Amino acid sequence: MPEEKKIYNKGFVVAGLIIFITIFMFPFWYNLGKAAPVPEPVLTEKAKAAKECIEPKSYMKAEHMQILDDWRSSVVRDENRVYVSSKEKEFDMSLSNTCLDCHSNKADFCDKCHNYASVNPYCWDCHIDKPKENK
Amino acid sequence: MENSRRTFLKIAGISALGLSAKPVFNAFAVSEEHGGKKEAKVLPKKGALTAKRWALVIDTTKFKSAKDLEPIIEACHKIHNIPVFENKRHEIKWIWEEEFKHAFPDLENEHINDRIKSLPFLVLCNQCQDAPCVRACPTKATFKQEDGIVAMDFHRCIGCRFCMAACPYGSRSFNFRDPRPFIKETNKKFPTRMKGVVEKCNFCSELLAEGKQPACVEASGGALIFGDLEDPESEVRKLLKSNYTIRRKTALGTGPSIYYIV
Repeated sequence: MPEEKKIYNKGFVVAGLIIFITIFMFPFWYNLGKAAPVPEPVLTEKAKAAKECIEPKSYMKAEHMQILDDWRSSVVRDENRVYVSSKEKEFDMSLSNTCLDCHSNKADFCDKCHNYASVNPYCWDCHIDKPKENK
Repeated sequence: MENSRRTFLKIAGISALGLSAKPVFNAFAVSEEHGGKKEAKVLPKKGALTAKRWALVIDTTKFKSAKDLEPIIEACHKIHNIPVFENKRHEIKWIWEEEFKHAFPDLENEHINDRIKSLPFLVLCNQCQDAPCVRACPTKATFKQEDGIVAMDFHRCIGCRFCMAACPYGSRSFNFRDPRPFIKETNKKFPTRMKGVVEKCNFCSELLAEGKQPACVEASGGALIFGDLEDPESEVRKLLKSNYTIRRKTALGTGPSIYYIV
C-alpha cells in the first residue's frame, strides 16, 4: 500500500492560497466588463466633405506614422515637398498645413486613439496643432 | 562518401518541399494593410527657386543706423517663431546686429573711419561652403543641402552643441528653455522648436520652395540682394563684380556666402 501523502498545516495553506488568489486576481475581477471601448476618430466637416484622405482609409489607419516619417525625411533632407498619392493627386507634405488643414480637431482625431494606445508622439512639441485657429 | 539512391531521393524531396514553402512565406509577408507599401512618389515643389549655391549680398551703404535694420530682423523673427528671452544667455538669434570690430575682428583697425565705426552690421548664418558645424554634428542633424544652404533637421538634433562650439560666427543658438511661451506672435504655418535643440537661420528654405525671396531680403527694400553665386548672370554676381565686398573671418577657410559691400 502506497504511503498516503499529507499536507501539513492544511488549514493555513488552503486559506493562504485563497487569500493570495483573491488578491492576485482582484484587478481582473475589478475591471471585468469595463474594458474601454476602442475610440473612433471624429472627422471634421471638411474631412467628411473630402471623402477620402490622401490614401485609402485602411492604409492611412495602418501606415500614417510611416507616411509622416517618410514625409519628414523627404521634406527636410531632400527638399522634395510634394507627395503624389496612388491616385496621382498632389499634396504638400506638411503635418500642420496639410493634415491638420482637414483634421483640425487634433484632440478628437489624433489624441483620442493615441491616448487609448498609450503612444506619445512628440510631433506637437514643435509642430503647431491648430493652424487655422487664429485666422 | 557513399550515396545511395535512397539518400538522394530523401534530399531531393526535402529540397522540393523547401522551395515550395517560399510562396507561402510571401503570402504571409504581404497583406493589404501591412507591408504592401507602394513606392511613394515625391516631387520638388513647382515654382521653387533653385540655385547651385545661394548667397546674400548686404549693401551696408544703404544703412544709416540700427533703426534701418529693425524691420529686417523683425520680419525674420516673426515668420520663424523666434522667442524673445529677457535673459541674454537664453537668447535665440537668427539675424542680428553687430559692431564692425566684432563682426570682422580680423579687419579691426584702430583708426577706422567714422561711418564704419558707428555702423551696425547685419549678421546671420554665413551658410558656409565648408561649414564647420556640419563637420562637427555627430548626428548629421546639420547638413548641407544641394543648393548650398546649411540646413538643420531638428528631429535629429540631440542638443550636444558641438556645432555651436564649431561655428566661428556665433550664428547658432541653443534652446535652454521651451521657447513656446516666449513667442510673441506665432506664425501658424511654421513650426516652433523645442527645448534642447540648436537653431539658426535657414536662408528661408520654406519660402524659396514657394518661389519667394527670403524674408530679410523682402523687408530690406533693396539693401539685401539674394541670388545664385554660381550663376555669372545673377544679380549677386554682378554686384560682386562692380563693388568691393568683404566676408567675415575668411582666413578660417569656411567660405562664407554672405558678402558685405562697405
